[in-house]
Amino acid sequence: MLQLSPHSDKSAPGGSPNGPQSGHQSGQTDDDAIVRFASAGKRFAAPDGGAEFVALEDIDLAVSEGSITGIIGRSGAGKSTLIRMVNGLERPSSGRVVVDGIDVAAMDERKMRTLRRSVGMIFQHFNLLSSRTAYANVALPLEIAGVSKAEIAKRVTPLLDLVGIADKRDRYPAEMSGGQKQRVGIARALATNPKVLLSDEATSALDPETTRSVLALLKQVNRELGLTVLLITHEMQVVREIADHVAVLDRGRIVEKGDTYSVFARPQHPVTRTFLEGVTGVRLPAFVTEKMTSEPEPGAEAVVKIVFTGPTATDPILAEIGKTLATDVNILAGAVDEIAGKPYGTLVVALDQAALAPAQALIEERGLTSEVLGYVR
Amino acid sequence: MSANMFWLLWSATLDTLFMVAVSALIGVAIGAPLGIFLATSRKGELFAAPILNRILGAIVNALRSTPFIILVVAIIPFTRLLTGTSIGTTAAIVPLTVATFPFVARLIESSIREVDPGLIEAARAMGASPLQIVLKVLVPEARPSITLGLTLTVVSLIGYSAMVGAVGGGGLGDLGIRYGYQRFMPEMMLAVVVVLIVLVQAVQSTGDKLARHFDKRSRSN
Ligand SMILES: Nc1ncnc2c1ncn2[C@@H]1O[C@H](COP(=O)(O)OP(=O)(O)OP(=O)(O)O)[C@@H](O)[C@H]1O
Ligand SMILES: [Mg+2]
Repeated sequence: MLQLSPHSDKSAPGGSPNGPQSGHQSGQTDDDAIVRFASAGKRFAAPDGGAEFVALEDIDLAVSEGSITGIIGRSGAGKSTLIRMVNGLERPSSGRVVVDGIDVAAMDERKMRTLRRSVGMIFQHFNLLSSRTAYANVALPLEIAGVSKAEIAKRVTPLLDLVGIADKRDRYPAEMSGGQKQRVGIARALATNPKVLLSDEATSALDPETTRSVLALLKQVNRELGLTVLLITHEMQVVREIADHVAVLDRGRIVEKGDTYSVFARPQHPVTRTFLEGVTGVRLPAFVTEKMTSEPEPGAEAVVKIVFTGPTATDPILAEIGKTLATDVNILAGAVDEIAGKPYGTLVVALDQAALAPAQALIEERGLTSEVLGYVR
Repeated sequence: MSANMFWLLWSATLDTLFMVAVSALIGVAIGAPLGIFLATSRKGELFAAPILNRILGAIVNALRSTPFIILVVAIIPFTRLLTGTSIGTTAAIVPLTVATFPFVARLIESSIREVDPGLIEAARAMGASPLQIVLKVLVPEARPSITLGLTLTVVSLIGYSAMVGAVGGGGLGDLGIRYGYQRFMPEMMLAVVVVLIVLVQAVQSTGDKLARHFDKRSRSN
């Protein structure tokens, strides 16, 4: 049980089907789900005996084995509560949470503790013991599990190597940078060879550079150890960087979920759109936004955002619009991003109002999406 | 200073050390578990027992708010019951201990409450039992602060042990009052004060050093 090996055993928990969801190809089926929420809800009692607070409601989510699933939402949306239900730090008030075939809602605390060894967790503020060195911090979960000293040494040293901090083994957390501390945190979470890794805003306290390297490490352990990663964040950037599936949480409900690429390409819910702003696509130059109105005025041009996914070239579509509609197309802004390893382009153009409807039809025909952002004179 | 005086001073110092050491040990033996319990038994905590927590907290408060000299007199029957007498070094250990353990309990409680709750969360996520959390996380993390608290405890105990001298408890306080004050030997009084100062200094600097040794929270060691 204690070697650094990928998990090969697939679990196939049976049970209730997935609930309704917004129209994305989720690619996650119940069959290969290692974590599954089925109509799960969580209510907190009010301290003064008043009305209960509904933190989560009607959560249906299947996390397939070996995937990296991002859960994004605003502060207070219920993200932490959601992942804390996976290792039983929080018990669902309704519905079921099934982890590796076991319903954790029904579990007693003692059994729960054993189960927690197969679920690692990392935290925003690392939560390392200040009185223990890097080595001793990573050893802690093994000590708790009653593993012998010799066995612990055999396990901890390669882990420190894996996360790239072998040289810090005898350093205390106070002597390490944030990124190094989170690496210790990751090594500690991996110590008991878990199948699932929960990450609660693990990069929120880190700078962008360090964030990227920590995310790369998570991706690496996901790939090499076959570890399923469930990570919560309030940064779309993080989701875009490593998640292959994403669920958007808003006020205790999942408002959108699916594979990252299609959620990014065709966000359905306003909250998702808000999160996507500034992460994908383009920021319009100030001289455009200042003059932009939401209502069409006579003589104004329409500002249209075209989103192209996959390797489709934009030039032909612009040329085509120009030619078939005999109109000028002005490019205002454009960008190409990468989401889940695939190119994702945004182009903002201005065109004559009269040409707007036929142009959108043309874009649609090409399998691209367009959106009218406003109008400028 | 005459040889006789020196001898008196020496044996009084040993008496004081004996009283302080024994009451500190028993006080910690009772106060430490009590303090850990107080720190972990409110609603929603590791060993949640809110009612017991409140009862024990009230007892601790009552003992802590009783002036020491009144405590000494008030528990004389209890002291007699335990030691067969109410005068002398051994008898003095009883009120000293009764005054010490609530103090230790509160010190340890507050040291443990200072530990980042995130660490309890992390330990729970690892599958630690409440007892493992106390022994492997809370106590080690609170150790620097507990060490300073216990140093303070011993220092106050030295002071209290001098006070029991006033009611026939033996030790340095007793010596200072009987010789220094009642027989008007200022040099004896001075000697007693000097020895007390040296004791307190030694305890304090040892405690500080230990606490610094345990404290890995700053980069400067
Ligand atoms: N133990 C609790 N008792 C009462 N209410 C709670 C408790 N834990 C969480 N809540 C409430 O549930 C809601 C969701 O909290 P949660 O911590 O899951 O949010 P979050 O999405 O993780 O937010 P953040 O991004 O700020 O961490 C919040 O409104 C919070 O106040
Ligand atoms: Mg949170």
